[in-house]
Amino acid sequence: MNKWLTLDPLGIFFWVVIAIVSLPSAIFSIDYLKTSKISKRLIMWLVLLVFVGSMTVLVVVNNALLFLVFWEIMAFSSYFLVVSDTSHEKTVRAGTIYITMTQLGTVFLTAGLLIIFKYSNSFDFWLMHRACTGMPHHIKNLVFILFLLGFGTKAGIVPLHLWLPYAHPAAPSHVSSIMSGVMIKMAVYGLLRFVFYILGIDSLWWGVTIIILGLISSLVGIIYALMDKDIKRLLAYSSIENIGVIFMSLGLSAVFTRFQMPYFAVLALIACLYHLINHAIFKSLLFLCAGSVYTATSTKDIEKMGGLIKKMPYTSACFLIGAMAIAALPPLNGFVSEWLTLQAFFTGSAVVTNGYKLFFGMCAAMLALTSALAAACFVKAFGITFLAKPRSRHAENALEVPTLMRTGMIALSCMIPVFGLGSIFILPWLSGIAGYSSGFTPIHITLSSGFSFVTANPGAKFCFSPIAMFLIFSLIAIAAGFLYLCRGSKKERSYNTWDCGYYTLGSRNEYTGTAFSKPFRLAFSFFLLPYRKTQKVRESFYFVKTFSYETYTTKVFKKYIYQPALNAAYKIAFSMRRIQPGSIHLYLAYIVITAVILVAFMRKL
Amino acid sequence: MIMKILFFIAQLAAFLLFSPFLSGLIARIKNNLRMRKGQSIFQPYFDLVKLFSKENVVSGTASWIYRVTPLVVLSATLTAALFVPIFIFSSSASTAGDFLVLVFVFAAGRFFMALSALDTASSFGGLGASREMFISSLAEPVFCLAIFALYLEFGSTGIIASSGFHNFTAASFSAGLALFMVMLAETSRIPIDNRETHLELTMIHEAMVLEYSGKSLAFLEMAGHIRQMIWFFLIAQIILPISVPTFTCNSSVIFSAAAWFLWYAGRIILVAIAIAVLEVSVAKMRLFRAADFFGFGFILAVIAVIAAIIKV
Repeated sequence: MNKWLTLDPLGIFFWVVIAIVSLPSAIFSIDYLKTSKISKRLIMWLVLLVFVGSMTVLVVVNNALLFLVFWEIMAFSSYFLVVSDTSHEKTVRAGTIYITMTQLGTVFLTAGLLIIFKYSNSFDFWLMHRACTGMPHHIKNLVFILFLLGFGTKAGIVPLHLWLPYAHPAAPSHVSSIMSGVMIKMAVYGLLRFVFYILGIDSLWWGVTIIILGLISSLVGIIYALMDKDIKRLLAYSSIENIGVIFMSLGLSAVFTRFQMPYFAVLALIACLYHLINHAIFKSLLFLCAGSVYTATSTKDIEKMGGLIKKMPYTSACFLIGAMAIAALPPLNGFVSEWLTLQAFFTGSAVVTNGYKLFFGMCAAMLALTSALAAACFVKAFGITFLAKPRSRHAENALEVPTLMRTGMIALSCMIPVFGLGSIFILPWLSGIAGYSSGFTPIHITLSSGFSFVTANPGAKFCFSPIAMFLIFSLIAIAAGFLYLCRGSKKERSYNTWDCGYYTLGSRNEYTGTAFSKPFRLAFSFFLLPYRKTQKVRESFYFVKTFSYETYTTKVFKKYIYQPALNAAYKIAFSMRRIQPGSIHLYLAYIVITAVILVAFMRKL
Repeated sequence: MIMKILFFIAQLAAFLLFSPFLSGLIARIKNNLRMRKGQSIFQPYFDLVKLFSKENVVSGTASWIYRVTPLVVLSATLTAALFVPIFIFSSSASTAGDFLVLVFVFAAGRFFMALSALDTASSFGGLGASREMFISSLAEPVFCLAIFALYLEFGSTGIIASSGFHNFTAASFSAGLALFMVMLAETSRIPIDNRETHLELTMIHEAMVLEYSGKSLAFLEMAGHIRQMIWFFLIAQIILPISVPTFTCNSSVIFSAAAWFLWYAGRIILVAIAIAVLEVSVAKMRLFRAADFFGFGFILAVIAVIAAIIKV
């Protein structure tokens, strides 16, 4: 458009994502924030506006420097939103972890951009893109690693995910919804823009690395999500899983770009973008639902909930739709994109060498494992939160949330079947965008004919029609429902759940979330390293008065990577004290020495 | 179009009519192998009829999830049944979905089963749901990788591609074996689960349906029979590929239809017999040994993939 802004199809795509998530979240926030003071509310909306606005501009800027500026505005405005609830010490800590991690990411990003600038002498995307063609391989590799680290931190890719499970639960729900739905996707935008477009996929290992990182993230994310009992943290971990799935198809696209196979590169990219927009929809919906549950019960611990389906019919229905979508149940949108991702791996394997065939097969199998674990995780999340009997007084006295909060949730839940059943009509649009962003001369692949997904490409045959399937399902369901209602015995009786003949079951007899995830905790114990704390209070040797039992899992990454790194950083900081005696002469000398070194360094480069 | 709809209905009818028979057959063979007289082969039909005329007792804690689950599970299973190419001529029946879709359609039924199990606030339901989701999570990668091997072998994820018209290959055989192991879990068979017992230490599927009664239970039982038949069918197609008897022009329609029927039914019954023999000869596994069981299945699937790659 002009020197600073260019609106291209990829930008439009991200605008759609931003709009779909932000509007319902904003509507939701009107009633959600009702209890706080008006001045605070105004400030929060203002910051929210800056946050959403910065992302909106971010995807259309044409200049790397501007990109960095808006990237930082996005980071800081979201930081202020995360810590808006300053009454809890935890929130402030979460905010600190978030801003530290995200700034660390920016450091890598800036470094990468400066290296390219060295070659292009301009921050303009087009000029940077041109300059990158002549860049030596090892520099390209270095820049790629810097970008991957920078954007990976924002995306929450394992092991850079540390901030995600802190920041998302601490933030107000409509903010977590936008952060998880849109902000972490900005990293994908960044990778598409800077690695696919500007840098150009140079080596095969780039794509493979992205796939493997995505694979690890999705597995680690969902296993942690399965273990968690804080509903918002569970959703945050599940975001890590989904961004992992998105990265897998992104990496696959990179691999095929390197192989010079436009068809498969675009197919994988379609899967990537589709999962991106789908995840944006259902994850923000789930976060909004979690916010409603929090408003109603003032707890985030699912072990204290239960029975909410009767108290909060709208919220529970919305959460169920979101859970079904995220568990990839047909014909909802999560299923279509996950199926497309699997198809990209399947069909892609037909045209690659033997080693890659096996690799793709393993990726597909792990993706299947992830989606099965996600289903288990959301059976737990929905079942323990909404079904059975209330486990605490808070849950017992819960009330349905006000209209505007419901409106936000219902708007998002309506989108889910639309993007699932209507995927046939959405994919051509997506195919254009993916064709544009893949870096090949814009190609347009057709995946659909009539109401089904069909490909004519040799070696890549698949067919599936969500609409036909849903029609068949509904017809059968109607017939079965008719049979159920009109035939057979009409006698029905309400009675207690079977209690083995002892006494009436209470909520203490219910299965808990921790119990639900026990088999998984045992099966993945090599990674989760569970441990327990027991405490007995004895009245005498023979009589134990109380017995408490707590079970924990070890957060491997935090314990073995971040904690040692943090300790080392403190150690270095303490030893650095010695060179800061407080003398201004010494400090001036430091500045001179630094300047000299920098000048020498720039000459050398 | 009318032909297509007729085939749809015929296929549904075939599944609805024939599937309980397989359960009865397996139970009978098992009993006879244990030197018992055993029930009638048609006992599952009698059970269904009986359940349908019984009173429906609904738990007071249950919500609408509990009520819609039988309907959803049965409809999802029947939808899945339509993907299976029995009437091979109506190949368009399977444009609705491929093998991968089938995986997810089964998952949809399972999702609702697990939710309904949690809905009644009974800890039996909880443990059933937890175990079911655990087992299925382990089975899913095996399932997916076996399909991947079949894909490499036949070049399509369509069920049509592996509809028994292929040659017997190492890849299809070991993928079939891997799928067989998945099937044991999906149809609640020994060594993963045991439908004959209601012991809380062992039950998985039965724990989930413990609260159901009357018509609802009949629906769930029916869904179980149909799911089992779909699985038997797929396994038969993959492990026992026998080409269709070729008909000469002068052979009568009735003869060819009979041959065709025997071709399908015979192999499904073979699988059923294999299951029955297996069930009486092995013991049920401890729940956490299931990881090893599916580990073995996964290795079989990997072998299938490698065999498909190097074209054995």
